[in-house]
Amino acid sequence: MQLLLPKLGLILWTLIAFGIVFYILAKYAWKPILKSLDEREKNISDSILSAENMRKEMDNMKSENEALLAKAREERSQMMREAKEIRDKMIQDAKEQARKETNKIVADAQSVINQQKMAAITDLKNQVGNLVLEVSEKVLRRELNNKEDQEKYIQQLAQKVELN
Amino acid sequence: MGSKSMKSLLVAVFSLFLLTYSSNVFSQEKAGDNKKQDEKFDPTKAIMNHVQDAYEFHFFSTDHFEAAIYLPVILYSPQKGWSVFSSKRFGPEHNQTYDGYRLEDENTVVPVDPDVTVYDLSLTRNVIQTFLALILFCYLMIKIAQKYKKGEGVVSAPSGAQSFMEPIIVFIREEVAKVNLGSRWQRYMPYLLTVFFFILINALFGLLPGAANVAGNIAFTLVLGVISLIIILASTTTHFWKHIIWPPDVPFLVKVILVPVELFGLFVIKPGALIIRLFANMVAGHIVILAFISLIFIFGAMNTVAGWGFSPFSVVFVVFDYLIEILVAFIQAFIFTALTAIFIGQGFEGSDHDVPHEDHAFV
Repeated sequence: MQLLLPKLGLILWTLIAFGIVFYILAKYAWKPILKSLDEREKNISDSILSAENMRKEMDNMKSENEALLAKAREERSQMMREAKEIRDKMIQDAKEQARKETNKIVADAQSVINQQKMAAITDLKNQVGNLVLEVSEKVLRRELNNKEDQEKYIQQLAQKVELN
Repeated sequence: MGSKSMKSLLVAVFSLFLLTYSSNVFSQEKAGDNKKQDEKFDPTKAIMNHVQDAYEFHFFSTDHFEAAIYLPVILYSPQKGWSVFSSKRFGPEHNQTYDGYRLEDENTVVPVDPDVTVYDLSLTRNVIQTFLALILFCYLMIKIAQKYKKGEGVVSAPSGAQSFMEPIIVFIREEVAKVNLGSRWQRYMPYLLTVFFFILINALFGLLPGAANVAGNIAFTLVLGVISLIIILASTTTHFWKHIIWPPDVPFLVKVILVPVELFGLFVIKPGALIIRLFANMVAGHIVILAFISLIFIFGAMNTVAGWGFSPFSVVFVVFDYLIEILVAFIQAFIFTALTAIFIGQGFEGSDHDVPHEDHAFV
């Protein structure tokens, strides 16, 4: 039964001890500790928030970069394509030009050849005519009394004619 | 593997430590037996003397020497005035009379003259131990607080003692205060933390060999219970009182029964639950430990060999119970704090919608 009877002295001293401890701890321990914990938690949540924002920003920048890159790539391929087209066109043009030139040259050459040929033929005709005239003149100039001689002479003349 | 061998080493060291402790008790009791030749070992008396308050820290005694720290006895009597003297004046057998006072049942000072009333304000071993424990604890907490003030643990990770205390403080804040007190939790934090650590530190100090059973004393728990009651009452609202004194939507005849029950519950059961639960849990652990040690002497009284033979078993049980007691110290401190918070929360429940509605049956 002794165990269940609180003693006055102990009650009083415990009360005093609790009062003093409560005052000291509340003022010098719990207040700064709880304040610090709050502060730290605020710091942490702020940091997490700002990190999250940063990440979002980074993501935005990244997607922007990617878009830019894609655009650049497309532009490049476009340019390449255009360049290729231009090159092909230039080659085509050059070929066309060259072909035309060649044709023209060939045509020119042919006309020159034709002209030359015609000139040569005309010349030949003239010479043959002349020769015929000369031979006829010579034949006519000789006395055509002897049939035998005549034939002999013609042969002789004919032999002299050299168609060169 | 390494941690396992470390654990067994710790257990071995702890048992050795307890063995020395129990042998101290052994010598003490044996010495007592030698002095009171005709008196047999009375386990009830021995246990009760250990569990209760005393006017000295008594470690052991031999025939010629008492290993004890005598504490001051402070008495006030309206008839005789103040008297302050050392408890040594009662003599080694606690049977001498000094200044008209004598010691009854080893732990109560009574005047020799029955007409004299006396108020005992002595610095008993419970008082001294409470003070020592609290001075140590306050010193520790203030040091930790200064560390926080310097920014350690605020901008950096907590270190040292901070790492031990911080989870407990955060636990009380999150699981006790915020859960039960809604938006008003901040106001009650200093009380909840103080009462938690007040119980914890005194319960843990009470486990030291040779120390007093502070937290398992009804006076100690009574003080805490009454302070909690005052705080519970101080935080009630008119809404709460309306529901207690004139509960709405209840038939009149039921009201006649309900109102006294509610009032009784508020003023007696709630603080009583706090006071008796803490007291009973703390004292029970000590009694179990002492009972196991007493078993050695009960067997020893029958036969010396039986006494020695049983001692290892006793030690094993005591070690086990010691570990449980450490756990119980934390649990009981938590329960006291949590129940106080729940009771406070009930006081302004309904007036303020962010307070969670607790089950009234939880007492």
